Amino acid sequence: MLNFNIDFTGEFFAFFLLSVCAIVGAVLAINFAKVVHMALSLAFTFVSLAGLFILLQAEFVAFVQVLLYVGAVTILMIFGIMMTKHQDEEKARSRPLLETLAAIGCLCLFGILFYAIRAASFPLPAAKLPDNNTLEIGKLLYSAYAIPFELVSVLLTVAFIGAVALAKREEEKP
Amino acid sequence: MLASYLTLAAVLFCIGFYGVLTKRNAIIVLLSIELMLNAVNLNLVAFSKYGVNPALTGQIFSLFTMTVAAAEAAVGIAVLIVLYRSKATVNADEFDELRR
Repeated sequence: MLNFNIDFTGEFFAFFLLSVCAIVGAVLAINFAKVVHMALSLAFTFVSLAGLFILLQAEFVAFVQVLLYVGAVTILMIFGIMMTKHQDEEKARSRPLLETLAAIGCLCLFGILFYAIRAASFPLPAAKLPDNNTLEIGKLLYSAYAIPFELVSVLLTVAFIGAVALAKREEEKP
Repeated sequence: MLASYLTLAAVLFCIGFYGVLTKRNAIIVLLSIELMLNAVNLNLVAFSKYGVNPALTGQIFSLFTMTVAAAEAAVGIAVLIVLYRSKATVNADEFDELRR
């Protein structure tokens, strides 16, 4: 079942380096004490994932990942941390039973996924992806996927208005 | 090569899942949900290149997923800030008014 047919190309080394960075960032994000360090370590994971997207010939997705996740989501989380109590470290009131059960559950989930990946037979890719990635994505977004594109813009508008309406301070009635 | 990408996505997903289940700070729960969504995006883009019919569909799907994830993070943080204003804590154990 565990057949290791790895050819040591440059892509493999780049993939190995980036995946080590991503996993280390994610594990440190779970294990740091201060909340701000957790958010920054997760930003490091997002950047390594952007590197992986470039390795997968998805340059536009990689740049959107850096813009959205590292730029917007991480800053949003840091704003949220700063506006709520950030001096407290993660409270040491650990429940060992809950953490052990959650770790066992996650290991079982990973075992199931790993078995499913190993048991599947993946055919060799048929054709190459087009070279000008951004141009092709733009063409597809405006021709075949125009309706989901418009729906996503409506969704973003609604979410933006909703977030502002939620977080607005209630004004005192005169 | 596809199996390596899928395994990495599975590892990141399980790490995010552990964070969602275990962490008490609600912002860290939101952050772990973002990590899980990132693992899904990695899956989609890997299948876009190495799958059965390599096309750009996976990448476009991942763009939409990223957008929805960002919108959900914004609304989640807004809800959390309103909760913090009324209860002065973000510890998930303290939000138990429906239980008492």
